[in-house]
Amino acid sequence: MTLILAAAPALPLHAAGKYVAGAYIVFVAIILVYVAIMATRLARNERDIAELMRDLKARDQAGAGSAATREREPVG
Amino acid sequence: MTTYGRGLRGLALATVATITAALALVFFYAPLDADQGFIQKIFYIHVPLAIVSLCGFVLGALLAIGHLRTGDRRWDMRSYVAIHMALIFSIGGLITGSIWAKASWGHWWVWNEPTLVSYLIVVLMFATYQPLRFSIEDPERQARYASVFAIVAGAFVPLNFIAVRLAQGFVHPRVLTLAGGHLPGSMRVTFLVSLAGVALLFATLWKYEMTAKNARMQTRALRRMLLGEDAVRPIGRSAAPL
Amino acid sequence: MRAALTVLRKDLLLELRTFETVPAMALFSVTTFVIFHFALNRATIDGQLAAGVLTTTLLFAAMLGINRLFVAEREQGGFDAFLLAPVDRTAMLVAKAAALFAFLVVLEVIAVPAFALLLLGPSLGPPLPGLIAVLALANTAFAVIGTLVSAIAVHTRARDLIGPIIGLPLLIPALIATARAAGPLLAAHGSGSPPAKWIAILALYDLVFALVAYAVFDFLLEE
Repeated sequence: MTLILAAAPALPLHAAGKYVAGAYIVFVAIILVYVAIMATRLARNERDIAELMRDLKARDQAGAGSAATREREPVG
Repeated sequence: MTTYGRGLRGLALATVATITAALALVFFYAPLDADQGFIQKIFYIHVPLAIVSLCGFVLGALLAIGHLRTGDRRWDMRSYVAIHMALIFSIGGLITGSIWAKASWGHWWVWNEPTLVSYLIVVLMFATYQPLRFSIEDPERQARYASVFAIVAGAFVPLNFIAVRLAQGFVHPRVLTLAGGHLPGSMRVTFLVSLAGVALLFATLWKYEMTAKNARMQTRALRRMLLGEDAVRPIGRSAAPL
Repeated sequence: MRAALTVLRKDLLLELRTFETVPAMALFSVTTFVIFHFALNRATIDGQLAAGVLTTTLLFAAMLGINRLFVAEREQGGFDAFLLAPVDRTAMLVAKAAALFAFLVVLEVIAVPAFALLLLGPSLGPPLPGLIAVLALANTAFAVIGTLVSAIAVHTRARDLIGPIIGLPLLIPALIATARAAGPLLAAHGSGSPPAKWIAILALYDLVFALVAYAVFDFLLEE
């Protein structure tokens, strides 16, 4: 079995290189698209939690401090 | 309450380390293939994606068995996420396989590579999982039917590969083989590290997705508890039990 | 077992009285043969091409039958009645699969001679026993998968769409085996016996999916 050992990591820039690069770029792109989607969902969840906090605070104040525990200030 | 976030950071770090090592090995250590030259490097991303996605589908089937046996819909959520992830990985596998076919054979698709053809059929099969799921309105029934489908489709995978493999005449040369089919030591190491990296990536993304879904579910539950049933908007497309 | 026979008898009687499904399937098949004549621009076909055309036509005709399999149960409360009865739930699977098998047999009694008349080059006589064996195994595959898929699809919103898109990929190994087994049979100087490899694959497929269907069918009937 004849194998050519690649001594130096020089990437050939002819056509073959483009296809290999393309394949790995597809891989990276899929991961990054997923990260972007997760970022959107995380932001939405954060918004929902903030809204919940607001509603709870409003309810607490309306209830004239009858809650046994004080809400901690959200970390800004 | 189940949490999925624990250990996620460690897993993610392990994934980063392994994938970085794999990429380094692919481009700096693995020797050039005698037949295909530089193009063969695609092998190190295509085959792990394909293998991990197939295992992901089978994992989804196993988790679905868990759901049917216990009736606990969290198993169904785990199964759904596994199949969803595996489908995304498998599309990556198909695209990289197509690029490899184009680079070495000149066509974007080849029919005389039995593994790629079987793979396409499996992907078509599992691509129907989500349309099926979300066309059933009752959540309990949706979860149950999705689990049944996942199990049937999981049983289908090996049969499909056998049938397609046999259907290929032995006249056509395989497109995507390596030098004589044997992997020399350095290539084998690189391949195994790449496989490990992609498998860890799957595990990390699965856990990540489960954590996000769980957090969303708990937020909705909190909202429901504090503000009543009406304050919670009906869920659109989701496998979450609450 | 008796419950399965009762449900089977009900379905066969229903079909005999209303003639809804099988004539439509047969008509569809014959029309498809005509279309293939024009699409392929051939007077006769033989060999693997003939096997492919026959298999595909039977498949799509079977899809018509599969779409209709559980509709009556769904619309007229048959599921509820069955669940209330103290019978093994897989009886419904056996009955429906047997009914579908029977419909396919009747379909093929009409469609295969029509195929021989319209499109097939070589005569049908010598390969007939082999062809019957192949089609019997193929019918079993259609019946099992069809019942499973139909039971899943009948509860979804897009009933007629879901059935085919789930069923077709699942049936691909069976289709490969059927078409490849029938190919040498329908060749111009064909052999009388189908290749054993593909018969074995078909039989294995039938066995595996019959077992899988048996294992999971209960879960499809729960309320």
